[in-house]
Amino acid sequence: MSLNTLWFIFIAVLYIGFFVLEGFDFGVGILLPFLSRDSDPQKVDAKRRLMLNTIGPHWDGNEVWLLTAGGATFAAFPHWYATFFSGFYLALLLLLLALIARGVAIEFRSKDDAPRWRSLWDWSIFLGSLVSALLLGVAFGNLVRGVPIDAKMQYVGGFFNLLNPYALLAGVATVVAFTLYGAVFISLKTDGEMRQKAHALMGKLWIASVIVLAALLVFTYFQTDVLARLGADPGVIPIAGMAAMLAAGYFIRKRMEGWSFVMVAIGIAFALVTMFMILYPRVMISSLDPSYSLTITNASSSPYTLRVMTIVTLLFLPLVLVYQAWSYWVFRKRLTTESRMVY
Amino acid sequence: MDVVTLGRLQFGITTVYHFFFVPLTIGLSFLVALMETLYVRSGKEVYLRMTKFWGKLFVINFAVGVVTGIVQEFQFGMNWSEYSRFVGDIFGAPLAIEALLAFFLESTFIGLWVFGWDKLSKGLHAAVMWVVAIGVNVSAFWILIANSFMQEPVGYLLRNGRAEMHDFWALLTNPNMWVMVPHTISAGFATASFFVMGISAYHLLRNQHVDLFKRSFQVAAIVGVSAAVLVALNGHSQAQHIVNSQPMKMAAAEALWKTEEPASFSLLTIGNLSQSGDVFSIRIPRMLCLIAFDQLDCQVLGIYDLQAQYENEFGPGNYIPPVAVIYWTFRIMVGVGFLLIGLALWGVFLVMGDMFEARRNGLRLFVWAIPLPYIANTCGWIMTEMGRFPWAVYGLMKIEDGVSLVVAGGSVLFSTLVYTLVYGLLMAAAIFLWIKFIKAGPEPAPKEQDAEMEMTPSLIGAQG
Ligand code: HDD
Ligand code: HEM
Ligand code: HEM
Repeated sequence: MSLNTLWFIFIAVLYIGFFVLEGFDFGVGILLPFLSRDSDPQKVDAKRRLMLNTIGPHWDGNEVWLLTAGGATFAAFPHWYATFFSGFYLALLLLLLALIARGVAIEFRSKDDAPRWRSLWDWSIFLGSLVSALLLGVAFGNLVRGVPIDAKMQYVGGFFNLLNPYALLAGVATVVAFTLYGAVFISLKTDGEMRQKAHALMGKLWIASVIVLAALLVFTYFQTDVLARLGADPGVIPIAGMAAMLAAGYFIRKRMEGWSFVMVAIGIAFALVTMFMILYPRVMISSLDPSYSLTITNASSSPYTLRVMTIVTLLFLPLVLVYQAWSYWVFRKRLTTESRMVY
Repeated sequence: MDVVTLGRLQFGITTVYHFFFVPLTIGLSFLVALMETLYVRSGKEVYLRMTKFWGKLFVINFAVGVVTGIVQEFQFGMNWSEYSRFVGDIFGAPLAIEALLAFFLESTFIGLWVFGWDKLSKGLHAAVMWVVAIGVNVSAFWILIANSFMQEPVGYLLRNGRAEMHDFWALLTNPNMWVMVPHTISAGFATASFFVMGISAYHLLRNQHVDLFKRSFQVAAIVGVSAAVLVALNGHSQAQHIVNSQPMKMAAAEALWKTEEPASFSLLTIGNLSQSGDVFSIRIPRMLCLIAFDQLDCQVLGIYDLQAQYENEFGPGNYIPPVAVIYWTFRIMVGVGFLLIGLALWGVFLVMGDMFEARRNGLRLFVWAIPLPYIANTCGWIMTEMGRFPWAVYGLMKIEDGVSLVVAGGSVLFSTLVYTLVYGLLMAAAIFLWIKFIKAGPEPAPKEQDAEMEMTPSLIGAQG
C-alpha cells in the first residue's frame, strides 16, 4: 500500500473516531432540553447536570479527534486542507462558532446558579450541538457529491452551492442519528428516571434514523458517482451499516443498552467508511471536470513528510487509544440525580 | 481594507486573544500540580483547598484557551490557503503532531482531573495534573516549532513550487525555536506566578484565609522569581539570536535607522519614528553591543542599509516593518521584564521576613501587577510577528502571497467582526466568573464548614 493511501486511511480513521465518539456528545447536547423536562425547575436543573456529567470528562478529548483530523489533513494533503477550508469558509465559520458556544457552555453553565445564566448556556449547548452536527453532515455530503473546483484546485462555488438537497439530507441524517446515539449513550450511563426516559425516546428516534439513513443511502446512488466507479466500490459496507442499524432496533426493544450502543456506533462508522470509499482515491471531487479533482496523489505532501508522519502516528496513536479507553473505564459507573455531582 | 489587511487583523486579534489564556495555562497547570503534590506528601488539608481553589480558576481559563485554539487550527486553511499550500508539507506536520501528542493528552487528562476526585487515588489524581502540565508544555513546544519555521525556515527544499520537508531533525533543532521556547515558557510561568501572588495579596490584605494564601504566595514567589529572571535571560539570548537571523527586526526594535558602530541602546525616543530624525532621544552608548553580542564593540546594521541589502537580494519592495510598533512593543516588554524581576524579589523578601502584615502597601503592588505579564506577552508576540514583515515565511514567502484566493473581503470582514464580538462576550463571562470565585475565596476548611453552609448555601452549592 502506498503511503498516500495509508494517509487517506489514517484521516478516515480520525474522522470516524470523531463521529463515533463526539457523535453521542452532540446527541446528549441536542437532547438536553428534551430529556430534562420536569414541572419542578430544580429538578430540570439537576437532570441537565446529570446529562452533562455523562459526557463531562470526555467531550474535550473527543473533540480533539476533529482537530487531529484537521491537522493531519494539513500535514498529509495540504491542498485538500487549503481548498476545503477556504472553499467552505462560511460553513466552517458557523461550525467554529457552534463548537465555541458548546465548549465554553459545558464548562461555564454550572459555575453560577442564576437561572438566566444557566438558560443562556443551556441554549448554547443545545444549539451548538445541533448546528455542529448539521454542518458536519452537510460538509461531508458535499465532499462525496462533489463541488465546483477549477483546474487550479480552487473552489469556485458560493455558500449556497453547499446547501443542495443531498447535502442537507446528509446533515439531517447526521443530526437524527447523533440524537439517537446520544439517547442510547444516556441509557447506558444513567440509572433511574433518566434511563427510563431515554428508553422511551430511543424507539422513536430509531425509526426516524432508519428512515433518513435509508433515504440518504438511496439518494447517494443517484447523486454521487458511486455507480460510475470512479471511487472504490463500497460493496456490502453500506448494507452492513444498515443491518447494524436494524440490529440496533432489535436490541433497543430488548433493552440491551450495551449492544444497542455498539450497533449504532457501527452504523455511523460504516456510513463514513462508505463515504470515504466513494471518495477514494480522490479527496475532493470536482463537479466541473473529473480531471480537476484533488486526489491522494496531486494533493499530497512529499513522501518524506508522509514517512515522518507515519512513524509518529504509529508510535503515538495507540497510546492515545489506551489512555482514552482508560478514562472511559474510570468513569464507567452509572450516574443518577442522586449521585454526587461534580461541576 | 483589502483581504490581506483583514486577514492579518483577524489573525492578530484571534491569536493575541488565544495567547491571553495560554500563558496562564502553561504556568498554572504546573503550580496546581505542585500544590496537589504538596497535599499528597504532607496530607495537610490546606493544600487540598489550595489545589481546588486555584484549580477552579485554572479550569475556567483552560476552557477559553481550548475553544479559541480550535479557531487557530482552522484559520490557516480558511484565510491563508495559499500559505497552507506552500508550507503544508513542513508546517502542517508540527501542527498535526501537536494535536496527536499534546491536545489529546491535555484534554483527556483535564477531564480525568476535574471529574476524578473520588474515582482516583490521591496520588494518581495528583499525577493526572502533572500529565496535564506536561501536555500543555509539549503543546507549546510543537506550536513554536511551527512558528519558528516562519521566523527562520530550516529543513526544507523548494520543490514543485512549495517548501517541502527535507530534514525533520532540522525542524527539531531550529535555533530560533530553542531560544523562543524557553522565553515563552518562562513567560508563562511568570504570568501564572504573578496571577497567584496578586490574588493571594488581595485576600491577605483583607485578612481572609490567611494561612492558605500565605502558602500560595510563598509557592508563587519562589517560582515567580526564577521565572522572571529566566524570562529576561532568555529574552536576552533571543535578542542576540535575531540580530543575526532577522537583523531588520532588531534594527526596528531599536529604531536604528543608520548603521552604528559601536551601537547604543535607545532608552526612549521621542519624535517621528518613521523617519531618521529623532527629536529627542536618550541612548546608552555601547549598550546595544552588550545586549546583542556580549561585547562593547560592534557594528549593528541600520534600517537603511538593511533595506538596500534586502532589495539587492530579493528585488525591489518595502522591507521595513512598522518601526514605531516594533520599537514600543519591545520597550514595553523589556520594561515590564525588569519590573517583574524587582517585584518578584520584593515578594521573596516579604515571604522570607513574613512581613505581609507590616508591608501592606508593598503587598498591594502585587494586586496591581497582575496585568503586567499579560501586557508583556502581547507586546512580545506583536513584536515577533509584525517584526517579520513583509514575510510570512522569512525570506521565502511574503504575507500578501499567502492569503486565500477565493475568499471575498466581505467574508473575512464578517468573520473578523463575529470573532471579535463572540470573543468579547467570552472574555466578559470569564472575567465575571473569575471575579466571583476570587471574591468567594476557597472552600471553607472542614471545621468552619457547617457554620458557613448555613449562611451561604447558594454559593457553596455553586462552587460544588
Ligand atoms: C506557546 C504556546 C502556544 C501558542 C503559541 C499557541 N497555542 Fe494553542 N494552546 C496552547 C499553547 C499555545 C495550550 C497551552 O496548549 C492551550 C491553551 C489552553 C489549552 O487548553 O491548551 C492551547 C489550546 C489550543 C487548542 C485546543 C486544544 C484542545 O482542544 O485541547 C488548539 C486547537 C490550539 N491551541 C491551536 C493553536 C494554533 C493553531 C496556534 C497558532 C497560531 C496556537 N494554538 C498558538
Ligand atoms: C505557532 C504560532 C503562530 C503562528 C504559526 C503564527 C502565524 C501567523 C500568520 C500566518 C500571520 C499572518 C501573516 C502575517 O501578518 O504575518 C500572523 C500574524 C500575526 N500573528 Fe502570529 N502566529 C503564531 C503565533 C502567534 C501568537 C501566539 C501571537 C500573539 C499572541 C501572534 C500574533 C500575531 C499578530 C499580532 C499578527 C499580525 C501581524 C501583522 O499584522 O503583520 N502570533 N501570525
Ligand atoms: C526582560 C527582558 C526581556 C527581553 C530582553 C525580551 C526579549 C524578547 C525578544 C527579543 C523577543 C522577540 C523574539 C523574536 O522576534 O523572535 C521577545 C518575544 C517575546 N517575549 Fe520577551 N523579552 C523580555 C521580557 C519579557 C517578559 C517579561 C515577557 C512576559 C511575561 C515576555 C514575553 C514574550 C513573548 C510571549 C514573546 C513572543 C514569543 C517569542 O518570540 O518568544 N518577554 N522577547
